[in-house]
Amino acid sequence: MSAVIQSEREALLSVNNIEVIYDHVILVLRGVSLEVMKGGVVALLGANGAGKSTTLKAISNLLGAERGDVTKGSITFQGEDVQSLSPNELVRRGVIQVMEGRHCFEHLTVEENLLTGAYTRTDGRSRVAEDLDLVYQYFPRLKERRTSQAGYTSGGEQQMIAVGRALMARPAVILLDEPSMGLAPQLVEEIFEIVKRLNEDEGVTFLLAEQNTMMALRYSNYGYILENGRVVMDGEASALAENEDVKEFYLGVSGDDRRSFRNVKAYRRRKRWLS
Amino acid sequence: MAFDLFLLEVVISGLMTGVMYSLVALGFVLIFKASGVFNFAQGVLALFAALALYDFLAEDGWFFAVFGFTLPVWLAIPATALIMIFLAWVIERAVLRFLVKQEEIILFMATIGLAFVLEGLGDLLFGSDVKPLDIGIPQGASDLLLDNFNLYVEKLEIVAAATAAVLVTALAIFFQKTRVGRALRAVADDHQAALSVGISLNKIWVIVWSVSGIVALVAGIMWGSKSGVQFSLSLIALKALPVLILGGFTSVPGAIVGGLIIGVGEKLAEVYVGPLVGGAIENWFAYVLALGFLLFRPQGLFGERIIERV
Ligand SMILES: Nc1ncnc2c1ncn2[C@@H]1O[C@H](COP(=O)(O)OP(=O)(O)OP(=O)(O)O)[C@@H](O)[C@H]1O
Ligand SMILES: [Mg+2]
Repeated sequence: MSAVIQSEREALLSVNNIEVIYDHVILVLRGVSLEVMKGGVVALLGANGAGKSTTLKAISNLLGAERGDVTKGSITFQGEDVQSLSPNELVRRGVIQVMEGRHCFEHLTVEENLLTGAYTRTDGRSRVAEDLDLVYQYFPRLKERRTSQAGYTSGGEQQMIAVGRALMARPAVILLDEPSMGLAPQLVEEIFEIVKRLNEDEGVTFLLAEQNTMMALRYSNYGYILENGRVVMDGEASALAENEDVKEFYLGVSGDDRRSFRNVKAYRRRKRWLS
Repeated sequence: MAFDLFLLEVVISGLMTGVMYSLVALGFVLIFKASGVFNFAQGVLALFAALALYDFLAEDGWFFAVFGFTLPVWLAIPATALIMIFLAWVIERAVLRFLVKQEEIILFMATIGLAFVLEGLGDLLFGSDVKPLDIGIPQGASDLLLDNFNLYVEKLEIVAAATAAVLVTALAIFFQKTRVGRALRAVADDHQAALSVGISLNKIWVIVWSVSGIVALVAGIMWGSKSGVQFSLSLIALKALPVLILGGFTSVPGAIVGGLIIGVGEKLAEVYVGPLVGGAIENWFAYVLALGFLLFRPQGLFGERIIERV
């Protein structure tokens, strides 16, 4: 165990063989390991119910609110064990999650939503105001709508609010859960472009869960494929994108999140045969 | 003319009773919005606050027995506020924290338990006799209104209304303009998302229960000054229920307006309809009105608009 940690000392975030159980009985993750290098964009891929969101919530410790428990394994951030930290402390240290389905505060204005992201900060109003400007530079559309109630903004704008709100915490790593969900392809592209710019220009590290495999692989440098609560494949994003299995499984359906059961079965069969 | 003046007096006295209902309902709404908990103990909180305040002021209280002096009013009120904050902290530590993941009905039952514990504690510590609360609010009718308009209005009622107005304004500013107020509204909207941006729910609960405790203190002071600190104070909590149904459980303005409507409505009904049916309408009017609302407008007058996009 310690040898593993030694060899991974470059990792910003590392998840070591975790098992997650909901409600004390539902075993959902059966030993997931992954690592995220500083400055990387890592994709966490897999079909519905594979355990992507659960993995992210295990890291951000939002599982507790859903009666989920990490029963085995460990999670380290910057070399420190962070499993027992509350979401509040994790956000302070630079780990923040953008939840699936965006979860904006509907009755707050766009700007108030963004400001809630700065809740844990103690570096003063003027620094927060600077970052608000920065977020508006990345998302000019939010600036136009700053006084509208978030509940009345479009799905794309809500995704921007959710990402912008996380940025306001000045995070080291953002755990981004299905940013493409329910968005038109063009908007998905726009969001991913911004993720790329944030990664390159602001140095934000991303771990992103996606069903939109090809799009996610295009914008990331490493990927993990999750199935039934286990990592079944991982590798450089470019290699995964070229991999025949991945292609067969995801090609032609990459823009659409509905996948036929036959495809899934063929993939499973092949997987079993491979391993 | 005289008739109209009488009507006006009835309306004003109804408004003043309504302010009391509003204050108690306000405490309910704050806690309900932030945590989804229906706090049955809100009325008892007002009673407890009034008892504690009385204790600081009176020579037959514990404070006097221990320290040998009583506190002046300007110190006793902040001291009681501190006690309410401490109580909020204890409630979070001892009750809420362990029940958060339970069903709402369990939390509701916990607050019923809390109401009885607090009431029992109040009885044990301070005794159940009626205690006159005098914090120096002038008594009797306002001479100004009586002389100029021939209108009989109690000074106490004017003070109560003004205090309530100041309190509500302060709360509105707190909610709209401060970082913690914003966090409170965020939690009310989506507590998971609030958690995800690092807002600590435990801390927020202590804050809302403290704010509700202070609102309860104001209600307790007003009610206690009017009719003495007595255990029937906790019964106004029951009147807050129809107020909430009328105003909507999540609406601060709803709590205020609902309280005023019920206060005025029941006084008017008592005076004008009462004689026809043999009186005592005041006791049940609010519930009948609430029933009507449940049938025709269950979200209340100001129930939070449910945002639905198409
Ligand atoms: N709170 C919960 N209680 C019980 N089971 C849960 C809970 N949340 C998720 N699960 C189960 O855990 C499994 C993994 O869910 P998870 O949300 O992590 O999948 P996912 O990969 O994010 O899927 P999707 O692409 O649909 O978002 C599913 O079978 C789901 O039913
Ligand atoms: Mg998911």
